[in-house]
Amino acid sequence: MATIEKAHGEDQHDHPHGWRRYLYSTNHKDIGTMYLVFALFGGLVGGILSIGMRLELMHPGLQFFHDAHLFNVFTTAHGLIMIFFMVMPAMIGGFGNWMIPLMIGAPDMAFPRMNNISFWLLPASFSLLLISLFVEGEPGAPGVAAGWTIYAPLSTSGHPGPAVDFAILSLHLAGASSILGAINFITTIFNMRAPGMTLHKMPLFVWSQLVTVFLILLAMPVLAGAITMLLTDRNFGTTFFTPGGGGDPLLFQHLFWFFGHPEVYILIVPGFGMISQIVATFAKKPVFGYLGMAYAMVAIGGIGFVVWAHHMYTVGMSTAAQAYFVVATMVIAVPTGVKIFSWVATMWGGSLEFKTPLLWAIGFIFLFTVGGVTGVVLANAGVDRSLQDTYYVVAHFHYVLSLGAVFTIFAGWYYWFPKMSGYMYSETIGKLHFWLTFIGVNIVFFPQHFRGLAGMPRRIADYPDAFAGWNLVSSLGSYLSGFGALVFFFGVAHAFMRKQKAGDNPWGAGATTLEWTLPSPPPFHQYNELPLIK
Amino acid sequence: MLLLIRLIVFALTIVAALAGGEPALAGLGQPSPWQLGLQQSASPVMDNIIWFHDFLLYIITAIAGFVLALLIIVMVRFNARANPAPSRTTHNTLIEIAWTIIPIMILMFIAVPSFKLLFFQLNVPPADLTVKATGKQWFWSYSYPDNGGFEFDSLMLKEGERKQDQPRLLAVNNEMVVPVNKTVRVITTGADVIHSFAVPSFGIKIDAVPGRINETWFTATREGVYYGQCSELCGKDHAFMPIAVRVVSDQAFSAWIEDAKKKYARDEVLPSTTVAAGQSVPE
Repeated sequence: MATIEKAHGEDQHDHPHGWRRYLYSTNHKDIGTMYLVFALFGGLVGGILSIGMRLELMHPGLQFFHDAHLFNVFTTAHGLIMIFFMVMPAMIGGFGNWMIPLMIGAPDMAFPRMNNISFWLLPASFSLLLISLFVEGEPGAPGVAAGWTIYAPLSTSGHPGPAVDFAILSLHLAGASSILGAINFITTIFNMRAPGMTLHKMPLFVWSQLVTVFLILLAMPVLAGAITMLLTDRNFGTTFFTPGGGGDPLLFQHLFWFFGHPEVYILIVPGFGMISQIVATFAKKPVFGYLGMAYAMVAIGGIGFVVWAHHMYTVGMSTAAQAYFVVATMVIAVPTGVKIFSWVATMWGGSLEFKTPLLWAIGFIFLFTVGGVTGVVLANAGVDRSLQDTYYVVAHFHYVLSLGAVFTIFAGWYYWFPKMSGYMYSETIGKLHFWLTFIGVNIVFFPQHFRGLAGMPRRIADYPDAFAGWNLVSSLGSYLSGFGALVFFFGVAHAFMRKQKAGDNPWGAGATTLEWTLPSPPPFHQYNELPLIK
Repeated sequence: MLLLIRLIVFALTIVAALAGGEPALAGLGQPSPWQLGLQQSASPVMDNIIWFHDFLLYIITAIAGFVLALLIIVMVRFNARANPAPSRTTHNTLIEIAWTIIPIMILMFIAVPSFKLLFFQLNVPPADLTVKATGKQWFWSYSYPDNGGFEFDSLMLKEGERKQDQPRLLAVNNEMVVPVNKTVRVITTGADVIHSFAVPSFGIKIDAVPGRINETWFTATREGVYYGQCSELCGKDHAFMPIAVRVVSDQAFSAWIEDAKKKYARDEVLPSTTVAAGQSVPE
């Protein structure tokens, strides 16, 4: 009897060490940590690429890239890496893995081994993408230079070398990884909530992850289909996207954006959840309009599937189709507005403590609003005619992603770092990091609105001389944000060297979710007795 | 906090200046240094786009300013020092209905002029002249089916080929030429990959897609040269395939046509497939 007790009590709580702990890991916290480290690495690579682009664009003429192909390789890789190997791993794989079980009172994810393969597919996927940089893409030049959107026929007949094939296989693995993760998350959230935690009592971060993983589950297979068709067009003589064989290049765009638009919500919705937790914590006040907040995310996710062709207003769609996509797209502003105003209302009447996570959260709310309202401008096909494929679009999506999603990632990082590591970060360094980044990214991206309005196309390595002034400003801003990133890494190292204990709940009475009831860092396995939610 | 406020106020001042003081900095036919807003208009469509954009700019600036003001009020009034005891309010049905309904009303207010503009752009009026623009890696070819169907290539001028006053990366060897105050229909297609034909001062941008023919239109109201750039990533030299449209008087246009017919005359009879491609657009 005693041995059986031991089998239940000890052996299953095996705590492997060394490389086995990570390579074979089935522990949601270790896997979450690996996702976060991976995302930091991805962000570093993607960030270096963006600084490279800003170096080139700092002055008119070609200075750093001897041909424009290489510049286009940089834009392509920057986009793919930031989306698939930075934001998604950080938000979903990292914070999602770490916090969903802690927040719903579960000992681990529903499918721990699947969790392991979800993660380990990603380094393989990233490797394939990196290989694509070094094999032929366009004739005689290495790398994929077709943009992250890999539109046919530029990605088929325009790239005869195997680079695009490597990129497609990379996307396939990343897609498989996130679909497996999505299945795992959905199962966990639906089945493993602690007794008493109904869906309507779930923390908003968990709601945001639930919406996100459903988007992944429904959108990623469409991408997989589209890029498989691309693969067979390239290699096996099919003509899905080749007019010469009865295909149509626009079919690829429709398929791509049917995935691509939900994808941008995949990138931002988990951030919504983090901001809700953080704002409530530091206002010491429950979230205002909880149900409205939850269902606003559901609505954003749902509408996100029926607006895809607003990325395609200039392809020659019918008047009726363009009119429909204008209306559908503008509708998204309504639930988004509900979220913005509910965050403000959560802080209204609160007792705000301006700790680093709250700074990032407030910065996010304002900058996301700016990116949101330019989105309303772009939604109108009539004026988008002038702005499509210009830097206005680049400014818009960086305001919602680079300043939106990335700000939420840093907000979440500072918020949960004490919980995950057990150590308190330095507020001074955290705030310095915030201000450098806040000022830097605004200097980078706000002038891009001007250049876009003036007509500067995106994805060009060199530009007419009239655009030189604001390009110089943007480049200087990017160096400042790059310096901010160094301060971030220094802050992380500093916190681990200083080893100042954070305690179970460093944030006080405002932090009401379950993860703050556990020690920091939480034990290898938590909730041996499930918490009871009243 | 103060720094944040100052920075945002600065940003908003620029936005406000953008709507109000636009023409001063905006180029006609090409961008001008430190330009903040859209290029000057040279067509009725662009007149409407500029009006609609300014209309939107006021609305979005007001919205962003409103959210910013709320955030500043919250930060000042409800920080831990000013308000040590947080309230527990989590619901207010009236305000939740208000912030759902009011945005819907603003969007409907935007939708009316938006649709007017969209229908104006997309209903191509009877054209006086048709020009076919074919996007190729990495130049444009223009043909004039109404005037004998001659076709010529338009390549960017390189360093050393440009005259003093010609802008870098925009000037071309053979410009597309059209008469002033005439409705020009542009039909586009791509020969290899997708390109996009754009001229900011006319307010047009239409993709040139292989296997498809797209159309758009403009009526240039002022003589001059109007520049645009390929607006869909099309490979290595995407940055180097500009569009240049020279708008001239009727007489000058007729003279140019006569010249061009000789200059771009082909030695052999056109293969029938090329003609069919040009004619496949419904008149």
